[in-house]
Amino acid sequence: MRVAGGRLSVVSIDQKLRFLQRRKPGFSIHSVAARLKSCPDTKHARGKQLSLGMLLAMATLAVAMPLLAGTPEMPRYKWENFTTANGLPDNHVFAVLVDGDRVWAGTENGLALYENGKWKVFTPADGLAHRAVLSLALDKRTGDLWVATMGGLSRVSAGRIDSFNQLNSGLSNDVVYGVAVQGDYIWTATAAGASRLNTRTGQWSLFNERNTPMYEIWTYAVTVGPDKVYYAVWGGGVLEYDIATERWKDYNDPDGETEIVLFKDQGLIHEITTSVSYVDKILWVATYFGDSRYDGRNWHNFLTKDSGLPSNFTNQVKAVDANRAWFSTDKGLAYYDGTNWAVYRPNLKTGTPEMYVRDADGNVTNISVDSAPAHNYILGVDFQGDDIWVATAKGLSHGMRQK
Amino acid sequence: MGIATAIMAALLVLGITANVGAKPEADEAKYLNPREMVLSKDGRWLYVMCEAGDDVRVVDTTSGTVAKTIKVGHVPRGIALSADDSKLYVANSWDDTISEIDAGSLKVVRTLATGFEPNGVVTDLQGKTLYVANRLSNDVSVIELASGQEVKRLEAGRGASHLALSPDGKLIYVTHVYPNIGKHRAPPESEVTVIDTQRQRVVDRRHLHNVAGVFETAISSDGKLVVAAQLRPKNLIPLAHVEHGWAFGDSLAIFGDDVNGVVQVPLDELELYAAMPYAVAITPDKKKLYISSSGSEEVTVIDIQKMLAFVQGTNGQIANDLSASANYVVARIPVGRNPKGLVISRDGTRLFVANRMDDTIGVIETASDVVVSTIGLGGKPDMTSLRRGERIFNTARFAFQGQFSCANCHIDSTFDGLQWDLEPDGFGVDIVDNRSIEDLGGTEPFKWNGGNPNMATECGPRTEKYFYRSQSYNAAELADLVTYVMALPYRRNRYRSTTGELTAAQERGKAIFERTKTKNGTLIPESDQCGYCHSGPKFTNTKLADVGSRKPTDRSALVDVPQLPNVAYSAPYLHDGSARSMEEIWTIFNPHDTHGVTNDLQKDELNDLIEYLRTL
Repeated sequence: MRVAGGRLSVVSIDQKLRFLQRRKPGFSIHSVAARLKSCPDTKHARGKQLSLGMLLAMATLAVAMPLLAGTPEMPRYKWENFTTANGLPDNHVFAVLVDGDRVWAGTENGLALYENGKWKVFTPADGLAHRAVLSLALDKRTGDLWVATMGGLSRVSAGRIDSFNQLNSGLSNDVVYGVAVQGDYIWTATAAGASRLNTRTGQWSLFNERNTPMYEIWTYAVTVGPDKVYYAVWGGGVLEYDIATERWKDYNDPDGETEIVLFKDQGLIHEITTSVSYVDKILWVATYFGDSRYDGRNWHNFLTKDSGLPSNFTNQVKAVDANRAWFSTDKGLAYYDGTNWAVYRPNLKTGTPEMYVRDADGNVTNISVDSAPAHNYILGVDFQGDDIWVATAKGLSHGMRQK
Repeated sequence: MGIATAIMAALLVLGITANVGAKPEADEAKYLNPREMVLSKDGRWLYVMCEAGDDVRVVDTTSGTVAKTIKVGHVPRGIALSADDSKLYVANSWDDTISEIDAGSLKVVRTLATGFEPNGVVTDLQGKTLYVANRLSNDVSVIELASGQEVKRLEAGRGASHLALSPDGKLIYVTHVYPNIGKHRAPPESEVTVIDTQRQRVVDRRHLHNVAGVFETAISSDGKLVVAAQLRPKNLIPLAHVEHGWAFGDSLAIFGDDVNGVVQVPLDELELYAAMPYAVAITPDKKKLYISSSGSEEVTVIDIQKMLAFVQGTNGQIANDLSASANYVVARIPVGRNPKGLVISRDGTRLFVANRMDDTIGVIETASDVVVSTIGLGGKPDMTSLRRGERIFNTARFAFQGQFSCANCHIDSTFDGLQWDLEPDGFGVDIVDNRSIEDLGGTEPFKWNGGNPNMATECGPRTEKYFYRSQSYNAAELADLVTYVMALPYRRNRYRSTTGELTAAQERGKAIFERTKTKNGTLIPESDQCGYCHSGPKFTNTKLADVGSRKPTDRSALVDVPQLPNVAYSAPYLHDGSARSMEEIWTIFNPHDTHGVTNDLQKDELNDLIEYLRTL
């Protein structure tokens, strides 16, 4: 359970690798395993690298100054990192959610609330369904927090925690990867399909291979908009639920299950989807093999080779609007403003703070920074005004916007 | 001899003339059951909400007469007056609506939709938002008054029923008649839900440990003292020992700036119980606190400063101290039958008491703490067996030392959400869940072991021996009580459409309920089919069955097959309440298909079955 990495490692690496082998005979288990274990522990190195890092940064700045004139202005942050050393219950942070001045962090060992400069931790002893918290959703109308865990779904409402699992409720499965709030409905992505709770009546509706085009029931993330609900189905592409017609539709990789992208912008980039984000009627999809943007008619896909993505292995995508999005990858946090890219991370080799910008022409410029997110293995983000909060495999990071 | 015939015969032997299923006559001949009141700012108009009359009676307090009657919806339970005195709001609990009444014309001008079984209602000081406590959906509807639309629901506790607005309008306190569903055989836990009216969010939940059944709340004019009436049931120890102890702690929960945390304050004294506290009123000068005890038919008066001083001096650990109340209770005022709502005049000189079972309003002079007048509201003048039975159901005078009434466990003639250790069979033996008592005709025998063949036995010898530990009722009184209990109606089911048509999920669930074969085609023995035990109009074959629910502390594996109408509301389930939800009946307590064949069902199919059961 404590393999470094994201949800994949916590959930069941073996199961997923077996699944990949079954569905993709040519798939390399070792490549994914290597990715999962590629989160170096920078704790020991950081101290002595700091002074060296500062020197390197100063040198880089001196060299790069003349180049910066043509570099797109991208957001810059001062990063404050939280770990178990300063109150987090665990350094594996799977999800982060901002509610005004309060910040919730879903960790491998409990739900943490940051309020007034202090952390408060909720565990199964407080009624939480499970200690491993995988996803968070806020009902903005009521202030209730919905918590997806490895052992069910919990509602945190003014300190009271009510938990729903497959034994005491109609929830389809205890392993809940994703949760989203759509009015009075709570949508969950579970290891056995989608579940929807009507909070007014208590009715549970389950959606699976028997009543949707969901040929793979391992639902991994869910996002809602005013008209649609989208599911990332791990190995099954994307499922769309039309709220008005109550009909389901699936989106799949037109290249099928091949690893080669034959038709880059002809559809979803890959079947192994990990995250969906639906904002301004634009759907963004993250996969372990690149990312996609869909406007209802056209797909546009992002790969490292032709974008500023630092890695195709993406744990989460979170859109700001129709054109801008943040990508949480295993090799850093990436921001796309519709034209240019910025990447924030500790350097993959040295661990020193790093930021670089890639413009529309592919020119890459290093930006001198003195802080970075806690780790390059990013699992999720949320926004607090101009600031950003980042869940990583080695702590939670608060990016305070500088300019 | 059929069951019904047997019951009739038994009743005749007892000299009882049954009036099973009696319905009220025409409106003018109805009993009224005044329950809640509000007073106009000038003190002239007392608006009395009558639960059985389905109306609001407008009383002119200067003349003590009813000036007008306004028809509202069915079984109103809550009333509020807007801060500017212009609008009245009445919660119609059986219609799931609010009647908005123009206080000038005294006419209903709008009907607003709410959640399931609205009880309490209050407006914010600005008159922009209405809050409604929904007892069966366990939440609070937030209704925007400009549009009349419900904009959101806030999660409350179980049985959300009463609301109180703080004097500054910033907070609303929600109390609940049932405890939250918790661990089996654990002390009951309740809460006071606190809503921030600015943000329209729940911002706090004040925990009430060992409490089940919290009723009305009052807040002092300075906002520093919040007082809620509550019950502390002793359900974890055998009730049969009531003569040695205490069945319910009739008490108050107090909190706010005046006290440290939540303090539970007893109202009872040794051998003198303030049974079933309901409403609370605080004088404007914050000197006195009045509590109606609906079972004891009195109003208890507390000196607030004495109470606060005593609480501070004892560090607040007084909840089980029967000597405590002598330090702050200064009077107990006898009033009419089943007193419920209290309203105090703005100048603090008069206290109005709704005598629910008398259809009157008592007026208490607060200087002397004496009832100085009684206002008749009208209603049915003559007495029927049904009415006498209703009075008996609600009074505590029959129980040993007047400790409790039927209504303690059957709150508003429903249930209490608790499991009890009733009989003198040893500590923790034969724990039983309290069952709903609505629409009982045809469900005999009673008790979980089926030991009582009819209601006369259930309410008579059984109650006398195991509950009240006193001589209890005479034959005529028993007959009246049986008449009342057997006439309790079936509440409208909220999960079934008004046309009776089932949804697709409910239809699928019905097919599962009625199936005769497993999914692989194997025949299900008739006795293992759902509809074998749960048959007939009330979904019970009225027999005993072993469904594998026996616990080591149960003396028998056989349990009475419970009726299923409105089963959705009566969680927890099984004879001992060990299944906290309907799902758990089958996901946890049916590993060997002894409670119906369900282990071949997929999760969504079990959900469908439950969706159907909720429509019954």
